Amino acid sequence: MSFVVPKESYSGKVYEVSIGTEKVANFGGESMLPFLSFDGAVKNRPLIAYEIQDIPPDDWPDTVKKVYEGVSSNPVDWAKHCQDKLGAKAIALRLLGTHPDRLNTSPEDAAKTVKDVLAAVSVPLIILGSNNAEKDAMVLPAAAEAAKDKNCIIGKAQEANYKTIVAAAMANNHKLIAMSDLDINLSKQLNILITQMGFDKERLVTDPMCSALGYGLDYTYSVMERIRLAALTQNDTTMQQPLLGDVGMYVYKTKETQAPEADLPLWGSLEERAVAWEMLTASAFMIAGAEFLIMRHPRAVEALEKFIDELM
Amino acid sequence: MALSGVEIFKMLPKTNCKKCGHPTCLAFAMKLAQRQISIDACPDVSESAKQILGEASAPPIRPVTFGAGDKAVKMGEETVLFRHDKKFLNPAAFALEIMDTATDSEINSKVEAVATSEIDRVGQKLRIDAILVENASKDAAKFESVVKAIAAKAPEIPLILSTTDPNAAEAAVKAVADKKPILYGANESNAEAMANVAKTHKVALGVYAKGLDALAAFTEKIKGLGVSDMVMDSGARTAKEIIEDNTLIRRAATKKTFKPLGYPVINFIQRDNTMLETLLAALGITKYSSIIVISSVERWKNLALFALRQNIYTDPQVPMQVEQKIYKLGEPTPESPLLITTNFSLTYFIVLGEAENSKVPCRLAVMDTEGLSVLTSWAAGKFTASKIAQFIKDSGVENEISHRELIIPGYVALLSGSIEEKLPGWKVTVGPREANGLPVFLKARA
Repeated sequence: MSFVVPKESYSGKVYEVSIGTEKVANFGGESMLPFLSFDGAVKNRPLIAYEIQDIPPDDWPDTVKKVYEGVSSNPVDWAKHCQDKLGAKAIALRLLGTHPDRLNTSPEDAAKTVKDVLAAVSVPLIILGSNNAEKDAMVLPAAAEAAKDKNCIIGKAQEANYKTIVAAAMANNHKLIAMSDLDINLSKQLNILITQMGFDKERLVTDPMCSALGYGLDYTYSVMERIRLAALTQNDTTMQQPLLGDVGMYVYKTKETQAPEADLPLWGSLEERAVAWEMLTASAFMIAGAEFLIMRHPRAVEALEKFIDELM
Repeated sequence: MALSGVEIFKMLPKTNCKKCGHPTCLAFAMKLAQRQISIDACPDVSESAKQILGEASAPPIRPVTFGAGDKAVKMGEETVLFRHDKKFLNPAAFALEIMDTATDSEINSKVEAVATSEIDRVGQKLRIDAILVENASKDAAKFESVVKAIAAKAPEIPLILSTTDPNAAEAAVKAVADKKPILYGANESNAEAMANVAKTHKVALGVYAKGLDALAAFTEKIKGLGVSDMVMDSGARTAKEIIEDNTLIRRAATKKTFKPLGYPVINFIQRDNTMLETLLAALGITKYSSIIVISSVERWKNLALFALRQNIYTDPQVPMQVEQKIYKLGEPTPESPLLITTNFSLTYFIVLGEAENSKVPCRLAVMDTEGLSVLTSWAAGKFTASKIAQFIKDSGVENEISHRELIIPGYVALLSGSIEEKLPGWKVTVGPREANGLPVFLKARA
C-alpha cells in the first residue's frame, strides 16, 4: 500500500480584511484550515493587536498591569508605547471608562480619546466599547464618527444593539466586529441580520465569544473549528468572516494569572504562569481558526509571534 | 480497508442467535462497521471471516500502551479529526527528556520533578506521564546504568529508551523489560536488530523515517519483522512540519483507513526558549500527538499544559460538571453573603471568577443540575424552588452562617417567593442576571 497524500480542496475561503490607512494590516484570506499549506494558499499571518484602555488598568492583575506602569495613565502614551517600543502591528482601544459602573464617561469623552489616540499612532486602530450593550450603542457611533475614514474596526455589535453600531460603522467607513454568545447558530444569525442592513459581508469580523484556558476554552475552540469548516466546506458566506479571539480580557480574570506562588506552590512562578496562560489561550484559538487576536502581555505576544514564524 | 455493515453482514452466520447481545446479525454488523464492538462477541463466526473482520474492525489508529500498573499510558484508538465530532480518547502524554550524560544530581532532580508533578484539577489527577532517556553518551554501558538508576528511583514512571545502537538498546531494555518501556530509535540502518530487541522483550518500538512516504514503508517493514506495537516519528521538528505531518497522518489513518500510518505519533519539540517549547507542546496537544517530548517541567508550564490537555480532551457532548457543595471564596465569615448557582462548569467558572474579582469574601452554593446552566436547568425542572430549598437544608450551610439570606441568579427572579415559602425564616435576594454584574452588586452590599 503506497501513501497518497490525503489533501482536501475546499469550495469556500475566508474573506480578507484590511485595516488602517497610514500603516495597513491584513488578515484572513486563506482557503484552508489554519497553517495547512498543502491544502491551499496561506494569505496572511494572524494579526495580533495590543489592548489598551481609556482609563488606567486598575482592574488588570499586577502581572500585566506593571508592564505598562508609567504609560498607562493616559491612552495616548500607552498607544505610543505599544507602537514604538513594543512594535505593535495594531492597537485595540477599549473604552472601558464609558461603562456606567466605571467612570460613566460620555460619548463625547470617548470620541476625544479616539481622536487623540489616532493622532498619536500610525498603526491601525480597533475601537471597542465597554461591553455594556446600551451604552455601547451611544458610545460607538460617536467613536466611529471621530475616526471617520480611518478604516478602523468598530466593536462589538451584539444582538441587543447592532443596529446603531452597524449604521455608524457603515457611515464612517469602518470594519465591524459582530459578537454572539458562544453558539455557531447565533453567530450566523447575527451576521445575517447585519448584512441585511446593507453592511458588506466582507467587512465583518466574527467574535464567537472568547474564553480562557481552563475556563471554557474548549467551547470557543470547537465553535471556531466548526465556523471555519462551514466557511471552507459549505462555502457559507455568513461563516467566512475572519475570527477574533479577544483573549486578554478573559485570561486576566482567571485565578491562574493572579494567585501568588506562595499561596499555591504547586502552580509555580506567577509571572511565567500568567504569560503562559495568555499565550496558550491565544495559540489554541489560532490553531482552531482565529486570524485576529487581541492580547495584553508583551512577552505572550512575542512568544506567539515566534511560534507563528515557525508555523508559516 | 473499512467494510460497510452489509459487507460485514455477509460474512456473519446470519442465524440471529442473539448471543452477541444484539437482536439480529445485521444489527451486530452495523455496530462492527462503526467500530463500536469487537468481532469476538460472536461465538459462531468462522476463523477466516474473523481474520478479515478483525483487521477491518480494528480501530484506525492502533492502541498501544507503555509503562506498567496504574500509571501506564494508553495511546491511539482515535477515530476523528475534530473534537466536536467525537471525544478525543487518549490524551497526549508528556515525556521529559533526560540525557544519560547528565550528572547524577541533575538526573535525580529531573526524576524528582516528574515524580512530584501531579496536580489535581477539576477532579482529575494530572501529571508529567513519562521520562525519555536519551543515549547521548553513545555508550551502551552508561545508558544501561542510567536507565537502571532512573527505574530504581522512580519505579512507576513509564519510560522511553532512546538510542539507535542495538547493543545499548538490548542492554537497557532487558534491564527494565517488566516496566514495558518504549524502545525508540529504529531507522532504516538498524531496523532488523532493533525490531529483534523489541520482539524479544515484547516492548513497543519507536520508528523513525523522514517524511510520510518513507515512514509508511518503514512501518510495513517493521511489521513484517514481527513487531506490531509502534509509535511513529516522521522527523517533523518545526511547528509547520508537525502540524502538517500530524494532520496528514491522522487524515490518512482515520479517513482513508491507511494502516501503515495507523499508529500513535511521537513529537520531539525541545527548545532552549521555554515559552516557545510550551507553545509547541500546545500544538502537539491540539494536533494529534500521542507523546510530546519536552526538555523542562517547570510547574507553571505543567499547569498550563495540563489545563489545555484537559480542555481539548473533554467530551464535547457531555457538559462538564463540578461537584455539588458550598464553595468558600476568600475567607468568608458567618456574616458573608451566600450565593447560589448551578454546576455546569462554565457557569461555575464564570460566577466564581466574577465573585472572586469583587474581592468580597462569600459562599457560593453550587447545586447539582446535571451540568445544565441556570436558565436551561430551570426550564428542565432541575433548578426549582423545592430542589434549591432541599439542597440548602441538606448542605449544612445553616450551621456556618449567622444570617438567612440567599442570593439567586437574576434570571430566576421569579423563584424568590416560592423559595422563601419552602425555606421558612429565609430571605431571598435577586442578584444580577449576568455574572459580570456580581462585582458591583457584591461591593455595593459590603
